[in-house]
Amino acid sequence: MNYDLSIPMQLSAALLPDLLLIGGAMVLMLVAAWRDESAEHQRAVGIGSILLAAGVLVMVLVQGARGATAGPGVIAVDSFRWASDAVFLIAGIIALALSIEYNSRERIDTAESHVLVLFAVAGMMLMVASRDLMVLFLGIELMSVAVYVLAGMNRRSGRSAESALKYFLLGAFSTGFLLYGIALVYGATGTTNLATIGERINTFNLQQTPMLLVGIALLLVGFAFKIAAAPFHMWAPDVYEGAPTPITGFMAAGVKAGAFAALLRVWLEAFPGVYSEWHKAVWWLAAITMIVGNLVALQQRNLKRMLAYSSIGHTGFILVALASGTSQAATAFVFYLLAYTLATMGAFAVMVSLGTSTSPRESIEDYHGLWQERPGMAVAMTVFMLALLGFPIFGGMGFFAKWYVLQAAMQAPAPQTRLAVILVITTAVSAGYYLSLVIAMFMKPRPAGAAPLPPSGAWSRAVIAVSVIIILVFGAWPDPVVNLVNKHSSLGTPAQTAMPRPAPETAALP
Amino acid sequence: MLLLQEAAAAGAHPLSGSIAEWIWLVPVFPLIGFLINGLLSLRTAAHIGPKDPTAHHAHHDHAHDDAHGHADGHGHDHPAVHPYAGIASLVGPAVLFASFALTAAIFLALSGAHAETPFIKTLFSWMPAGNLAINAAFQVDQLSMVMTMVITGVGSLIHVFSVGYMKEDPGYPRYFAYLNLFVFFMLVLVLGANYPMLFVGWEGVGLCSYLLIGFWFSEKANADAGKKAFIVNRIGDFGFLVAMFLLFSNLGALDFAGVNATASQLSPLVVTAICLFMFLGCAGKSAQIPLYVWLPDAMAGPTPVSALIHAATMVTAGVYLVARSSVLFSMSPVASLTVAFVGAITALFAATIGLKQWDIKKVLAYSTVSQLGYMFIGVGVGAYAAGVFHLVTHAFFKALLFLGSGSVIYAMHQAYHHTGNHDDAQDMRNMGGLRQFMPVTFALMWIATLAIAGIPPFAGFFSKDEILGAVFARTHGSTLADATWLGIPGSALLYAIYAIGLVSALLTAIYMTRMMLYTFHGPNRTGDKERSHLREAPWVMTGPLAVLGVLSLAGGWLNLPTFFPAGPVQALHHWLEPVTGAAALRITNGAEAHLEHSTEYILVGLAIAIAVIGITIAVTRLKPAALVSKSQSPASEGIERVLEHKYFVDEAYDAAVVQPLVGVSRTVLWKGMDVGLIDGLMVNGSSYLARGIGWVGARLQSGQVGTYAWVLIIGVLGVLGAFTLR
Repeated sequence: MNYDLSIPMQLSAALLPDLLLIGGAMVLMLVAAWRDESAEHQRAVGIGSILLAAGVLVMVLVQGARGATAGPGVIAVDSFRWASDAVFLIAGIIALALSIEYNSRERIDTAESHVLVLFAVAGMMLMVASRDLMVLFLGIELMSVAVYVLAGMNRRSGRSAESALKYFLLGAFSTGFLLYGIALVYGATGTTNLATIGERINTFNLQQTPMLLVGIALLLVGFAFKIAAAPFHMWAPDVYEGAPTPITGFMAAGVKAGAFAALLRVWLEAFPGVYSEWHKAVWWLAAITMIVGNLVALQQRNLKRMLAYSSIGHTGFILVALASGTSQAATAFVFYLLAYTLATMGAFAVMVSLGTSTSPRESIEDYHGLWQERPGMAVAMTVFMLALLGFPIFGGMGFFAKWYVLQAAMQAPAPQTRLAVILVITTAVSAGYYLSLVIAMFMKPRPAGAAPLPPSGAWSRAVIAVSVIIILVFGAWPDPVVNLVNKHSSLGTPAQTAMPRPAPETAALP
Repeated sequence: MLLLQEAAAAGAHPLSGSIAEWIWLVPVFPLIGFLINGLLSLRTAAHIGPKDPTAHHAHHDHAHDDAHGHADGHGHDHPAVHPYAGIASLVGPAVLFASFALTAAIFLALSGAHAETPFIKTLFSWMPAGNLAINAAFQVDQLSMVMTMVITGVGSLIHVFSVGYMKEDPGYPRYFAYLNLFVFFMLVLVLGANYPMLFVGWEGVGLCSYLLIGFWFSEKANADAGKKAFIVNRIGDFGFLVAMFLLFSNLGALDFAGVNATASQLSPLVVTAICLFMFLGCAGKSAQIPLYVWLPDAMAGPTPVSALIHAATMVTAGVYLVARSSVLFSMSPVASLTVAFVGAITALFAATIGLKQWDIKKVLAYSTVSQLGYMFIGVGVGAYAAGVFHLVTHAFFKALLFLGSGSVIYAMHQAYHHTGNHDDAQDMRNMGGLRQFMPVTFALMWIATLAIAGIPPFAGFFSKDEILGAVFARTHGSTLADATWLGIPGSALLYAIYAIGLVSALLTAIYMTRMMLYTFHGPNRTGDKERSHLREAPWVMTGPLAVLGVLSLAGGWLNLPTFFPAGPVQALHHWLEPVTGAAALRITNGAEAHLEHSTEYILVGLAIAIAVIGITIAVTRLKPAALVSKSQSPASEGIERVLEHKYFVDEAYDAAVVQPLVGVSRTVLWKGMDVGLIDGLMVNGSSYLARGIGWVGARLQSGQVGTYAWVLIIGVLGVLGAFTLR
């Protein structure tokens, strides 16, 4: 069906999953505040949040299968939105399941933490749905404010508080750039609607207008901070390390995914006409991010920091898809996001399930000889590492994720050959740290006097098992995911027709 | 469009509807074995595991010796046999036999069908993306079936041998799980109908190889060897990947049929680039200069693994890849000459190192590197059938040599175990005179030695002679002879390769005879108490050896030289013609590259003379009686020291590549950028953090966030510059 977004009822219908999630989260917030803090209450609200998110997930998948479309307006109705929503909701559900277990263990009895995850997910869904810079900003702030609080959820931990404060200060700083960028783009084009911006740039030949270019540059900075692209990544390792582990996973997967989805939509819908202007900046961001993230990750002995730098490296890989500037990038992007989310959240789930409040199992040494004590956990962790590495078969979806990004880069009108080469080389480098963990688990002896591993909780075991199965099944059979995204994608359709053939890559290099 | 052609070709193919439709079962059998054995090992991994350093295994292990310490020479512990050992030793070899039987049936169907085109069995659409459609498909043709026969046949024998060799190992089902998985990937590698499938197998066998090298991972050296193999192979894989991307971007196809059909569109420069990158991959996997360093270290794994993976199958994957891509290589004389020359240099270089090794497995390791060099000479000069022929015969005699050495090590280890001796069970200085204790192994290993040395009528003579003859035949009148390689005329280079091949053959005869003399002849140096415990291995180990002995003896009949009056003359050559024939003819400018019979008689005589001279030199110059056991041997000097230390290549690589890389990464990127620039205490600073919240407060006030904000500003300026400056 086709929604006419000028009619309020139809607009509401098109936003139904988002509205349901936000409304449900508000009710849950009241429920959370109703009773005194206690472990049982925390768990009950957590389970309620999971059920709500799962319900919304089903609704999103139904919407995706129905293939609805929408006329012009402030929000988009297309499969890119539904597929991205599904990824956000999966990340949220995993984070909630892990939080229930983690909070019980760390005696964090604040039931609101679960509701904040829901609000953050709602923010992400709004971001990917937005076809207007103001709605986009609303989504970003809804997500960010919730995550600032989540990072500091463990009130007894100084590291957690520091992490939250640091994230908040730098986040506020970068939001300033984002907002200034929006203002300048509005000033140059007279509109905040993405499609209209794209049209006006071509109609009025605004490609060389300094106000527009500076606006785009500042927008890019704002997004680059949220996705932790180098050199705007400085906050990420510190914040990831300090935040509670389930929230770290949520930030590394969900928050990044949300910002990326919005970035992709803005860039492919509003700015395809100025491809040759932004291409150089995105190219360099991608290259620097891949190199810095993967090389620095090699030196980390703390698993959380290693995964933080690894996530920076993955930011670079996804930026390669953006640099190609085609709608094919959207398919590659969603597939990558799902694989990356499952693998990253899975790795954090293993950390949660093996950690105790006295021994959080954050250093690589804690995983030496894991195979002998917990063969199942070691195998699962291996699958996650191989998926992040992009290893065929055993890495499941990870391999196709990289493959589709490479393909998007190589088949673009201006093939991104050099970026593809950097991607392949840095992937080879990343084997150094992903496999060092695998080698440690399988080939190193268990250190003498190591604290005994606690029994794993049911939540984390379920998360790990489901993630491994999805990674491996869709790794052997990627069609369904690809089809879900490809079908009815309106993203980039106006862009491609409007986009002039971009300058060849060599011309864009200094 | 290509797909349609393929489908049309497959529809009319003489093999469609025949047993070849079941080709997918051939790799599936070992996969089932992997799953069963994997489950068995998971069931017990928590209870019996390699974390117990006192666990017994048939391998020299100093930690284990210390733990046992039965220096009194009396009774010993009976090591724990794995509770599921029975099922594992049934399943492990059985799945291989099933694969072999099915392969043999398909092989017969193929030879009956006289198929000129490959039969392609498409399972499902694997990578449907854009205009690239890559199928999960298996290809039945003459080349893939020869490889499959070798893998499943020799593989079955090695699995049976392993039942005896590994039976007391606590990780027994895990071992078979890895071994089955390896065979699965190896079969995917040779049966895959496109380069991505081949690459999946290529990576998979690599993975299994690392797992098996590090099988006894309580030993740090083994884990290090696994890592080394891994890193070196990444360099090679990078080359392979680049070659695939070049193929894809230039031809838009990655399946063998599509690439071969459209290869003529490629410009000479691109073909050369593709072939050279591909050969980089081959050099990594097949241990050629400069990427050979991992293979000798890889012998740290169990000996049957060395036989299967590091001698008979996986390391020949590079040779297979060149033969499979013969259409591409034949279009680039420069790349072909590179392959042949690198192969020749490797053959010589490794043979010289083999002269001075004391570890029996190290001798065989360098011998393998050297023989792989021979195979690359063959496929490099466009004699693809000869290269594959040597691959097959080498699989026979080198598997025999490795398993024989395994049998020797097993006996040595059992003897040392009885007396609690801590000596090195693999050092030849501790052996000597073993023929009286293990006559079967002794006789069979001599057969293999004569085969590798090139004495007729053993298998190695025919294949090696075929390669050297092919080099000689191409010194004039071929595209290789007319090309120039780095300024050297092709014909001159080919003469040089021929000469190097002859010298390597001489060295091969010498070092192999040396190994036999020191191991089996002369007085025994094992020790007085241990001597009474030396025994021949059980039949489950000698049985496979005997089969391989027959194959090493008669393998030459696969491809008799043309001057032979009777028998299956050039059988393998004709068999492979549908796959490599056209490419081989392109190299020889359309003419069959055959020498005059008189010339051929001279060359054959020369080759035999060289082998005989080599053996004679070894027998007359070496004095096994003068050897003393390892612990009493003085350190070697001069050139001997250089050879014993393998030309110090490992040390040179470490100094020239590894250390600078570690240094740059550590000092510049990590210490310099992340630590130096931001905060010396931040990276890995979690332990500091935990020391007190006060410190956190101090750190926040010390301008941490401010520093980050400044870096952010620098980034903003950079992005703004990228947008506005031009």
